[in-house]
Amino acid sequence: MSDATLPTFRTATEEAPLLRIALIAIAVAGLAILVFAPLAVVFAEALRDGWLAAVESLGNRDARSAIHLTLLITAIAVPANAVFGIAAAWFITKFDFRGKAFLITLIDLPFSVSPVVAGLCIVLLFGANSAIGSWLVAHGWPIVFAIPGIVLATVFVTFPFVARELIPVMIEQGRTEEEAALTLGASGWRTFRTVTLPNIRWALLYGTLLCTARAMGEFGAVAVVSGKIRGQTATMPITIEMLYNEYLSVAAFSMAALLTALALVTLLLKTLLELRHADQLAATRRH
Amino acid sequence: MHIDIDEIAKTFGATTALHPVSLSIPSGALVALLGPSGSGKTTLLRILGGLEFPTSGRVMFNGQDATGMTVQERRAGFVFQSYALFRHMTVFDNIAYGLRARPRGQRPPKAEITRRVTKLLDLIQLPDIASRYPTQLSGGQRQRVALARALAIEPRMLLLDEPFGALDAKVRKELRQGLRDIHDETGLTTVFVTHDQDEAMELADLVVVMSMGRIEQIGRPQDIRGKPATEFVRDFISA
Repeated sequence: MSDATLPTFRTATEEAPLLRIALIAIAVAGLAILVFAPLAVVFAEALRDGWLAAVESLGNRDARSAIHLTLLITAIAVPANAVFGIAAAWFITKFDFRGKAFLITLIDLPFSVSPVVAGLCIVLLFGANSAIGSWLVAHGWPIVFAIPGIVLATVFVTFPFVARELIPVMIEQGRTEEEAALTLGASGWRTFRTVTLPNIRWALLYGTLLCTARAMGEFGAVAVVSGKIRGQTATMPITIEMLYNEYLSVAAFSMAALLTALALVTLLLKTLLELRHADQLAATRRH
Repeated sequence: MHIDIDEIAKTFGATTALHPVSLSIPSGALVALLGPSGSGKTTLLRILGGLEFPTSGRVMFNGQDATGMTVQERRAGFVFQSYALFRHMTVFDNIAYGLRARPRGQRPPKAEITRRVTKLLDLIQLPDIASRYPTQLSGGQRQRVALARALAIEPRMLLLDEPFGALDAKVRKELRQGLRDIHDETGLTTVFVTHDQDEAMELADLVVVMSMGRIEQIGRPQDIRGKPATEFVRDFISA
């Protein structure tokens, strides 16, 4: 019984055994109920009528159009936000200017504004009833109820992800490595390519992956601007909602499962890259 | 190369970092900018290196106006206080950086870069660390790598910001001699910033005492010790 009366702590931060078990149980239960159960249900519902039915529901014209549209929107929005994010983070961290705090707040705006409101703003600004919108429609460039509107809405909603990941990292790293490169004769572009970019690549990768997952899944803002035209402006999340409302649950959940799988692939990709470059990751970290 | 600083002043917004200061640095000299924090010594060093630009006044290199010269054109070997080694590159790549950054026509071939980096590693007496990363080095080793990296570009002058600031007392003494040796070997005009008067007096040919953005006294160490020009200098060197 000496073990029970004299608990042997191996480290100062270690908890008593009972408390440890309780904490682990809470964490596992939380994960199971909040993360794994919904995931399992999505896949189970999708496969309720067998693989064939699920795959078939994804094969029709409207479903293929939705998948294609979502991938297209993501392929435009994510690189755009990566470039915006790098530019914004560079500007904010490498220069001193008035109104910096205001600019950082502005970057966070899409996090705090409801996506539906963001969508409405785009409709008001570029819709057929506005001056800009009617001009654009007259010249054959409709924004609202068309792909450009969906891109704008997605870019807006996912704007902070890259910049938010980069800013703290770049603030922590300071400017002296860039200054050192310049004194060694490197041009601004070379300095960015060989010093800044390698130092922020993990934050950039992480921000880009989060941005990708969010861009594929965006619903609220896209729902407002897209007009939900089946086979034309319906993205995957919009299609899932429409199918679900029509009681086509196998089709809805098959699409949902595919969207989930895309997100999981994104995460898997990140994990693989981290494993493969663990040594470089350790080397670029501050000691 | 001799350097002339002609009535250089620098303000950051409402704060004045440097009142107009003038200073002439003879070719091949080893000069210390000595003063407490906020005395403007680092600002002056950064202006020489082209990392800051003066609000007014001129900088002359070998009698030619260099005030508007870009940082790249100046070819000043700069050693930063925290060394600013590229953490994602090996020691070899750090030292080779300046050679590889040259325009294509002036870039030495690969074998020549290897030869020069090896020579510099010998000069700083660390021949075996080429494949290590900066995080795997001690403070003293990092400082020497930073020095080798600055020397690799065949600089026209050597500028060092508190080069011994982050080191413990024993390493500091060793590296002081190391800097003196490298200076004597290369013959480069060298300016270093320090707040440590022993360091300045022991190492430099010429000491420039600064306070509140002004130069208090310029002289050889023994002159500054023997005949302090102002009350501030007297206080500072007796501290």
